Amino acid sequence: MKRDKSLIAATLKDIAPDLKRIERRLFLRQSLSLGALTMLSGCDLGSGNAVQGALDAMSKWNDGVQAALFSQTRLAKTYAPSDITPNFPFNAFYTEAEAPVINGKTYKLQLSGKITDKKPWSIADLRTLPQESQITRLICVEGWSAIGHWGGVPLHVFLDRIGADKTAKYVGFKCADKYYSSIDMPTALHPQTILALDYADEPLPTPLGYPLRIRIPTKLGFKNPKFITEIFVTNDYPGGYWEDQGYNWFSGS
Amino acid sequence: MSKAGPPKSHPLFVRITHWINALAMILMIGSGWRIYNASPLFDFTFPREITLGGWLGGALQWHFAAMWLLVINGLVYLIYGLVTGHLRASLLPLSPRTVWADTVAALRLKLDHTTGRYNAVQKLLYLGVLALGVLVVLSGLAVWKPVQLWWLAALMGGYEGARLVHFFCMSGIVAFVIVHLALVFLVPATFLPMITGRAPAPKTNEANE
Repeated sequence: MKRDKSLIAATLKDIAPDLKRIERRLFLRQSLSLGALTMLSGCDLGSGNAVQGALDAMSKWNDGVQAALFSQTRLAKTYAPSDITPNFPFNAFYTEAEAPVINGKTYKLQLSGKITDKKPWSIADLRTLPQESQITRLICVEGWSAIGHWGGVPLHVFLDRIGADKTAKYVGFKCADKYYSSIDMPTALHPQTILALDYADEPLPTPLGYPLRIRIPTKLGFKNPKFITEIFVTNDYPGGYWEDQGYNWFSGS
Repeated sequence: MSKAGPPKSHPLFVRITHWINALAMILMIGSGWRIYNASPLFDFTFPREITLGGWLGGALQWHFAAMWLLVINGLVYLIYGLVTGHLRASLLPLSPRTVWADTVAALRLKLDHTTGRYNAVQKLLYLGVLALGVLVVLSGLAVWKPVQLWWLAALMGGYEGARLVHFFCMSGIVAFVIVHLALVFLVPATFLPMITGRAPAPKTNEANE
């Protein structure tokens, strides 16, 4: 239904995500125009999938390199209140007007996977847990960055409370806007990884992910999903909305 | 160094690393321009046709794959060049006085060019582009890992500072490449030695003057 509406009022911004998908299909032709494909594949031009395969393999390799570089005790830099970026930017694969509006009173966070206590959590429940706040820089995969003031429950506290299997490989997130992503367990247990409920000491505004998002200052912005409706713990690689299209999965900072 | 026999110009390791570097640079700069376009630092973008990757995700894949080619090849070149003394022999000594003298001579079009032996202006430019190459990698690492390599990012004024350093290093390298290619077009006899390793016959040199 949402889709029909956006089609009628199709502005360039509305179709931006589709354009990106088309861009991806153009990827091979562009590579050809630079002659890079032939140089790298060293075979016939029909072997474009081999080049993409090599690039995917390198991205996997870089996941491992980044996991090795990652330190669970190294903290992202924190900033003074005066450093905070005014009007923290909205960013998603759709426009701000399309951001899902969630009723925080009836909202329940669902849990699944390798978790002992899968009882759903309300926002009020989450606020009874220890809260922490941070002023950190969010770095977008596009290159820009913005400093914001986030507050909420450290994810490691929450994972302890629900009896999550911390030996599992992945923590995954499903969102109300059909977005999804996943992170490695070491990053999930990092002290600055928080289930954010607040921005600037107020409940998150809708564009920033009300009522619940994850804030990870050691990862790029797209690894900080908003409007989270479900958290799961698993050993099966869950991927992500952008990751499945080619963004590097680990994407650590 | 010099001895009888067929005149040599560039040693094999220089030629191999040169051409691998040329490929790595094309991939890094082409994809880097596409990444820049996703969030331009300045009031311009690079024409899509001369970028690599098709979309941001593709460009990032190329950039973070080709970086290994660039860095490993660059390290091989630097270590081999330092150990064998090649770098010192061909790029040093260098003094402000000789740079000035050769700059004036070059501007008057009275500067000799001998393949494999560099005048002071060339030495300065080659040393400069090597320094930019090191700096573009360090600033790239700072942009990639501003938390894990926080000290590197801090040296460059943090994440946003490192972005600027990375951009200006790229600009410097591209400016070098333009001059470098322009000179090869002006003195085509310098091209083949970078492949064969043999110095051009003297008469070829004169034919180009």
